This record gives sequence, structure tokens and C-alpha cells, in this order.
Amino acid sequence: MKLYDVTDLAVRNLRESAFRNSLTTIGIAVGVASLVAMLSLGIGLQQLASRRLQKSGLFDTVVATSRRDLRNFREQREDGPPPANSPALDEGARQKIEHLPGVVEAYPDIRFVTEVRFEDKPHLTMVAGVPFSAKNNNDAFDGMQGSFFSSEAVPEVILQRSFAEELLGITPKPGADSTNIAELAKPLLGKELTMRYAERTELPSSVEAAGGAAYSVVSRQQVLKIVGVTDLDPESMRGAARARVFLPLKLAQSLHVMQPSDTRDPSFSGAPTYPSISVRVKDPNQVPAVEDEIKKMGFGAFSIVDATRSMRQFFAVLDVFLGIFGSLALAVASIGIVNTLVMAILERRREIGIMKALGASDSDVRGLFFAEAGAMGLIGGAVGVALGWTIGRIINFGTNIYLERQHFPPAQIWSVPAWLVLGAIGFSIVVSLLSGLYPAARAARLDPVQALRYE
Amino acid sequence: MDGSSQSSLAIRTENVCRHYQMGQALVRAVDGISIDIRAGEFVALLGASGSGKSSLLNLVAGLDRPTSGAVIVQGNNLAALSREELAKYRLHAVGMVFQSFNLIPSMTLLENVELPMRFAEVDRHEREELARQSLARVGLGERLAHRPMELSGGEQQRASLARALINRPKLLLADEPTGNLDSRTGSEIMELIHSFNQSLGMTVLMVTHEQALAEKYAGRMAHLADGKLIDDLPNASASARPGGAL
Repeated sequence: MKLYDVTDLAVRNLRESAFRNSLTTIGIAVGVASLVAMLSLGIGLQQLASRRLQKSGLFDTVVATSRRDLRNFREQREDGPPPANSPALDEGARQKIEHLPGVVEAYPDIRFVTEVRFEDKPHLTMVAGVPFSAKNNNDAFDGMQGSFFSSEAVPEVILQRSFAEELLGITPKPGADSTNIAELAKPLLGKELTMRYAERTELPSSVEAAGGAAYSVVSRQQVLKIVGVTDLDPESMRGAARARVFLPLKLAQSLHVMQPSDTRDPSFSGAPTYPSISVRVKDPNQVPAVEDEIKKMGFGAFSIVDATRSMRQFFAVLDVFLGIFGSLALAVASIGIVNTLVMAILERRREIGIMKALGASDSDVRGLFFAEAGAMGLIGGAVGVALGWTIGRIINFGTNIYLERQHFPPAQIWSVPAWLVLGAIGFSIVVSLLSGLYPAARAARLDPVQALRYE
Repeated sequence: MDGSSQSSLAIRTENVCRHYQMGQALVRAVDGISIDIRAGEFVALLGASGSGKSSLLNLVAGLDRPTSGAVIVQGNNLAALSREELAKYRLHAVGMVFQSFNLIPSMTLLENVELPMRFAEVDRHEREELARQSLARVGLGERLAHRPMELSGGEQQRASLARALINRPKLLLADEPTGNLDSRTGSEIMELIHSFNQSLGMTVLMVTHEQALAEKYAGRMAHLADGKLIDDLPNASASARPGGAL
């Protein structure tokens, strides 16, 4: 039989037992909806985490380090020159790195532990310089209270929530709801704090140091205006080295704060060197290439590509589990298809006999039952996708209401990409066809003489 | 049998048997029947219920396979054909009418008549035209959109005849075609079958238990009892009919 005729007869047969076939199709639709809703949430959560990680610089950042300062790394790396012969990680090197293909920006990583005084009380914390570009690249600054730095080198400061709590003398109790960030920021915004730091200054050339660098260290202080308080941690991925007070990077550079590497650099010539440079790359796929280029220049380089791979692996496993749970309903629905089609064989036994007597082949009869199963799968799949999409939206909507009540920024935890729509419908058709295998084979093997005797 | 008679032979059964097990008992529905039917003949199979008439017809129709022996139709040994080949044989070589009409109730007359052409993969427009003509030929040109339940028994059997002839088979097999009809309507149907036999030269093998009908229309009458062929005689009265066989 031609495909058109198979389809036409299948649709006609489905219409004949419209009520029963509709119930079976609804069963398939519920199965597909459960699959789509589960996977759409899994994918949405994955995208949310990816966005967050991407904005935290995990995906698109390479950290270049001086091989002269190996404090954070393994003892002796075999790739590259020995530490003594490697170039200094200074402004010249930064500019060279910034001009590498695929690099968006390269900025020195300036961070130091120091004392910050607020209302005459001292607080010890890590302070870090933040490039002005972080305004748009780090979602921790998107939803913060107050505003980002007004310009690139202004004496302003942004505090992380935990430091703001410390300044106000709030100790969060384990298990208790955290303080509303807006209420936390209100008494702090516009206030000033004083940062004390050690400035490294060059000594006149007449002063010679025996076999080393000559510089002096002067204690300074800088008054900074609090302009923002972030709820999310902009450096959540840095672990113990994460800062809780953020300055504009250009201001941090101009302060010439004494860095631990300064005392260890044997070729200190007075020009500032950086312990590390953060290199932001245009596309996460270019990270390995940029990393290699930086290593070729004689610097150490690392990225957290492996960490993101682990995360992707985690979400792949999560998606598989969600998919399996979602598919359970579809598996139950497939039993419904088998039942419906077996019932149809019993009901249409005589009709099958007539068709065979008129010349229908086994494959014609098999194709007809397959087409009926496939049509139920297609309709059930399409309705199921629409239903799953709606369920996902409702869950997303409900979650955002909850987040809003908890004073969190809204989040898109649900996503239905085109491949999920097509995949779910395709999967539904495949499951339906598999369910139709047995009934179709049974119908095809019917003995026409017996079938014609059936009343 | 010489070469010329071989070529005009439509059906030959050679010691054909159809036995089946029913519980402990072996039922010999057809038990060693050998019969030759020439092309264009109108043969009636007569006998009491359970004599094996319909079983023999099913074997000739390719709906069933013999336990032993051979059924040769138009040169093909049906026992040697695969299931797919048998389906093709039923589609193109045989037209069947049944006592209970066997029209599909959910389809209109036009769709019922078109059905064999769907299996033969005839183009949609062509098959609709052919189905219209076929229904018009049996006097149902105005009832195309009616469903079988909306028609009388005679009309349903006429539609069944139109369907049987739609793929222009050489062989018409009729299983008690008048069994569910009153005598007047039965006669109308028999006239139609007879006219196809005469005008189209179709070979007709008809199962009936009505001796009178067989005598009126068939050119030859084969009597069966207990699965065996009792006698196979030309019908002298039929030859006297205008345009009658033999």
C-alpha cells in the first residue's frame, strides 16, 4: 500500500474508536509531558549554572602567572624555561598577552590582605581590584544593592554581603534566614571606610642593595566610599583567596600596594610586576589555545576548564536521571498502546480477514497497525510537548514568586530547546512504534479463514 | 490431458486434502479431491453443511493451504507460494463474494469498492473513477456515499460483487452468494454473476446448497460429501438457457 493510503486508513481507524484512542493518546501525552518537564528543568538549571559560571570567569578566563613565583604551583614544571630565566610578568608582558588572538582583555590580579577601618573598628580582610569591565561580565554586580564604581579609578568600594554583615556586627545564625540584602546595604551605602596598606616605593638610584632590589615600604591609608553591597559572591570560585572588599582595578594599581612577590623577585628593577594576570578570552573554546600561547611566552598558565567539564558531566548525569524518571510515565503509556492495539485487533478481526481476502499482504496489515501506533505517538508527543512546556513554565513562574519573596533576583530555571521538542516527539513516536510491534505482528499473522469466521 | 486443454485450464486440484485437528479428532474437511475447471466455466459446488464446499473454495482462493495435494490455478501451484505471493494472487487473480457480504461497515460503498485497489497501489483518482464505474454496472451508481448498513441485503451483495471485480480477476469465487437473500434478490444476484461469466468470460466457482439455483445458472455441478467429490456432472438444463454454458 502507498504511504498515503496507509495513513488515511490508519487515521480513519483511529477516528472509529475515537474515545478509546483519545485516552491512549492522552496517556502518551502525559508521559511525554513528564519527560519534557523533567528535562526542561534539568536543562534550565544547567544553563543557569553555566551562565553563573561563565560570568564568574570560570569558562573564559586563563590565569597567567610568573614562573619566578611558584608559590602556588608545583615545584618544577618541565614545560618552559627554569624560573630564573623566565620573563617578568610586568606591564609589557600584560600588553603582549592582551594582543594574543582571541583575548578580550588582560588585567593584573591585584589582591592583598589588609586592615579596613569602619567607624573606628578594624577589620582584616582580602581586598581585590576589579576591572571596570566586570560591571557587565559578572552577574554578582548585576543584582547588587547600590551601584557599580562611577569611574575607573575613583576611591569607591563594593562590599560582599559577609563583610557588610561583619561591619554591622551581624552574625548570621546557622539555619536562620539571612538578612535582607537591601536592609543590609541601607546603613552602609554612602558611608566611608579607611583602608590601611603598605605602599612600595622605589628608592633613589644612589641607594644600592647588596645583591637584591632596593625599595622602601611606607604605611598609607586610603578613604573609600561604599557604593555597593553584593549579595552573590563575585569570587565564589576562588576559594580561600576570595576577596570581600572590591576596589576599582586602576585605583588598586595606582596605590602600589606591596605584593608578596616583590620580596621574592630576584630581578626587581623598580617596574611593577604582577603575581598573576587574568586573561579574559572571547570564546571558552579558545581557552586552551590562549593557555598554550601564554606558556610559550614563558609564563605559567591555568584555566578551570576541567572544573567546567566536571560540571557538564554532573548535569549530563542529572539529565539522564531526570530523563529516566520522565520516561517512566511514557513506559506506562506504551503499555496502554499495546492494550489499545490488541483490543483493536480483536474488534477488527473480521475486518482484517476481509482485507486479507481482498489481497492485503501481511506487510499491508502490519503497516496499518504501525501507522496507527505512530499516529498516536505523533499526536501524543506533540500534545505532550505542549503540556510539558506549560508545566515547566508554571514551575518556573512559581519558583520566581518564591525567589522574589526571598529577595533573590529572578532566575530562568526552565528551558525547552528545539532539540528537546523534536527529540521528545521523535522519542514518543519510537516508543509508540515499539509498542505497536507485537500487535502489528499479531494482526499480520492472523489466519484469514479464522478471521472471516469471527463474528 | 493434451496441450490445448492444459492452456484452457483455470483450476486443477490434485488429490487435495485439508485436514485439521479439533481436540482429539482429526477433521477431514477436504479429503483427496481432484477436479479440473476450464477457463470460462461456471461450476457449482453442492453439498450439505460440513461437506467441504467452503473449505475447497478457501483452498482455491488462496486463503488456506492444503495439508497435501496440489491446487493449481492459472498455472500456479498455490501450495508453493509464499504468504506475500498468495496475497498478490488474491489481489489480482481472484475476486470473492461471501454469504455475509463482508463489506467494511465504517466505509462508504465507494470506499469499500476502492479498497482492493489501495492494496494494488492504484492511483487515487483512477481508482475512484473505476470504483464509480463498477458500482454503476451493478446498479448502485447513486449509492456511492452510503454505508453498508444503509443498504438492503441485495444491494450489499451487489456492492460486494462490484468490489470482487474491481481488479478485473479471471476467477470469481462465490461462497453462498444468495444465502442471506430472499429468492427474488438472490435471482438478481445470480443473473449478475451469470452475466459476468458470459460477457467477461470469467471462470465462476460457486458454493451453494440450493440445487435449483445451481441447475439454473451453473454449467457444471460437483457434489461433495464428507470432504469427498461424489459426482461432477455437466448441467444439461443450464445449456438450454439462452447464452448458457456448455
